[in-house]
Amino acid sequence: MRFAPAITEPTRLSKANAATRRQTIKRMLAAAALLTTTALTGIGFGAAPAHAEDEIRIGVIYPLTGAAASTGVELKAAAELAAAIVNKEIPAPPGLIAGVGLPNLKGAKIKLIFGDHQGNPQVGATEAERLITSEKVVALTGAYFSNVTATASQVAERYGVPFLNGESSSASLTQRKFKWFFRTTPHDDLFVGNFFTFLGDMEKKTGDKLRNIALFNENTLWGNETTKLQVKLSEEQKFTIAEKILYPAKTTQMTSEVQRIKAAAPAVIMQSSYLGDAILSMKTYKELGFLPKMLLANDAGFNDSEFLKTMGKDGEFVISREVWALDQAERNPLIKQVNDLMKQRAGVNFNGNSARAFTGIAVLADALDRAGSTKPDAIREALQKTDIPASGLIMPWKGVKFDASGQNELGTGIIVQVQGGQYVTVWPFDVATKPVVYPMPAWDGR
Amino acid sequence: MTADILFQVLVSGLLIGLIYALVAVGLTLIFGVMDIVNFAHGEFLMLGMYASFWAFALFAIDPIVALPLTALLLFAVGVIVYQTVIRRILKAPMLSQIFATFGLMILLRGLAQFFWKPDHRLIPHSLVSGNVAFGPVQFGLPQFVAALGAVGVTGALWMFLHRTRLGTALEATAIDREAATLMGIDGQKMFALAWGIGAACAGLAGGLIATFFPIFPEVGSNFILIAFVVVVLGGFGSVTGAFLAGIIVGLIEVLGGFLVGPEYKTAIVLSLLLIVLLVRPRGLLGKA
Repeated sequence: MRFAPAITEPTRLSKANAATRRQTIKRMLAAAALLTTTALTGIGFGAAPAHAEDEIRIGVIYPLTGAAASTGVELKAAAELAAAIVNKEIPAPPGLIAGVGLPNLKGAKIKLIFGDHQGNPQVGATEAERLITSEKVVALTGAYFSNVTATASQVAERYGVPFLNGESSSASLTQRKFKWFFRTTPHDDLFVGNFFTFLGDMEKKTGDKLRNIALFNENTLWGNETTKLQVKLSEEQKFTIAEKILYPAKTTQMTSEVQRIKAAAPAVIMQSSYLGDAILSMKTYKELGFLPKMLLANDAGFNDSEFLKTMGKDGEFVISREVWALDQAERNPLIKQVNDLMKQRAGVNFNGNSARAFTGIAVLADALDRAGSTKPDAIREALQKTDIPASGLIMPWKGVKFDASGQNELGTGIIVQVQGGQYVTVWPFDVATKPVVYPMPAWDGR
Repeated sequence: MTADILFQVLVSGLLIGLIYALVAVGLTLIFGVMDIVNFAHGEFLMLGMYASFWAFALFAIDPIVALPLTALLLFAVGVIVYQTVIRRILKAPMLSQIFATFGLMILLRGLAQFFWKPDHRLIPHSLVSGNVAFGPVQFGLPQFVAALGAVGVTGALWMFLHRTRLGTALEATAIDREAATLMGIDGQKMFALAWGIGAACAGLAGGLIATFFPIFPEVGSNFILIAFVVVVLGGFGSVTGAFLAGIIVGLIEVLGGFLVGPEYKTAIVLSLLLIVLLVRPRGLLGKA
């Protein structure tokens, strides 16, 4: 490796002229680089370390650039909405837990400091470290991707800073015996288990056999853990796995995958995909003229509002697990009221991911207030004593209460289906707002 | 497994392979002419896709109809990139050249995300949509048209390089810049031309796949690794080599993924690359 200056000799231009030109270029590049960094990290020039006494800094780590950036931006908007409600910058609907604010901290305000993990576990850990050591945050939240939450929460554990995770569903996260890790969302074991119960219920309802299934999951931590669990549950509950595929999410074609599933002809596909691959797989199903009786999506890409927007009617009848659906507003008026606020601020409806991000901040603020202090130990203790009733949440949960592992034991899931361009609740049958469309209509029969 | 399925898989592999070829020919052309590896090539593809998207969204111009415009636009982008960035690092150490195009990659991605948001977008209906079936084999019309377009563009590029004065001058510059300059060929113009054509190829590929692939700022990264594999496999700088290698990579990827397991499809392609490099380091059609 040589360490020579970039341009060793001016070629045809005169020396002076070349020098000024080089300077101009250098300045332009520097400006461009600065612009890029700003745009990429989503941290403006205002992130100076000076902070007021009455400001409680919370670190929020999301994928703000990279393949999942569109999801990250929504999560960020939801977290900001929650913070604005806690800080009483906008009036809260009565009954909402976040609306209580921070009376025990003498009206202090929370300030969210964002970190961008770009979908990369190493970057996530570095961002956690930066937020703790140089931004001096009192607690961390994030990070959507389970594998990033895993590394970022390790850093928090090492520094003894509470980490509240609102939207990562990998079951192993709360099996690590961490002291500082709390999770509000139910995890994959519950969601994946629900699908098998749902299939049993559908068999009773339709009289069809739905025991021949294909597992189609992306191959990071999340997809692998889901697969393991699905295999275990299939064995226990006497389902046959016709095909099992773990595919790389960043791909240019999914023909080989879909072709293999088509050849195996399963009655049901259980699929875990992020947004880009969810879209590409649907396109490929259509291209190869194939659909199972039911496509059971494991949230994530299929539940991104972009999925419905870009797929249009080709996204119809996909069934997904959810923690949240807008039609549940019929049962809980808070959902509609908070959703209206989100729509005003960010121009989009809540979805399962952003609603959980919102709830994460709300639960953290509740603990901060009860702690009445910004000391990590006090916050941790308050989190352990959390007991929020269902009526204070915008989630269809029974409430928030953490068990010894830090897992919220009152979380529940629902199953939804795309009907008429939006997700409607179809299971459990007693909270369903619409019946299941079954089987999925063939591509040419729509 | 029946012959039908095998045939279907081969057809799918061929179609995607031709797209890979088109993405790679632009890359190999730039490398062949001036020995610079363009890491921002995937971003040219991305710009091509966005050009088609905006032509559709704002002016209701179909991506297929917009292809000439997309090509012209990306040609201009290629020339501008050459004039503003590349020309200044021609004699710089290789590391500087790598970082210059790498930086350009990050800049273009960042700008795309800044101006057009990180959303995934699709062109919902184009002139070419729906499926074509030949007996038991079926494939998407967009994929088929894209593959045809890739053949057409690569063919036209080959004709240009081998049957026109300007193309021959470009080839001459690629072979020996000093000698070409002595023959009265303006090296700077040839370099700018190579960047223009290279970017236009990526732009055309973008326009063609925009009819069926989601469009987002990072989309280039999905294709760029494969494009590099194709360039190396075909032989650095060889357009015909890149064309053949593209088809081979597409076939191996889809067929290997289908037979062995999709989780190994990239590994299979990269193993093939390693074997070829061991046996024939200069690639299929590269010059020694």
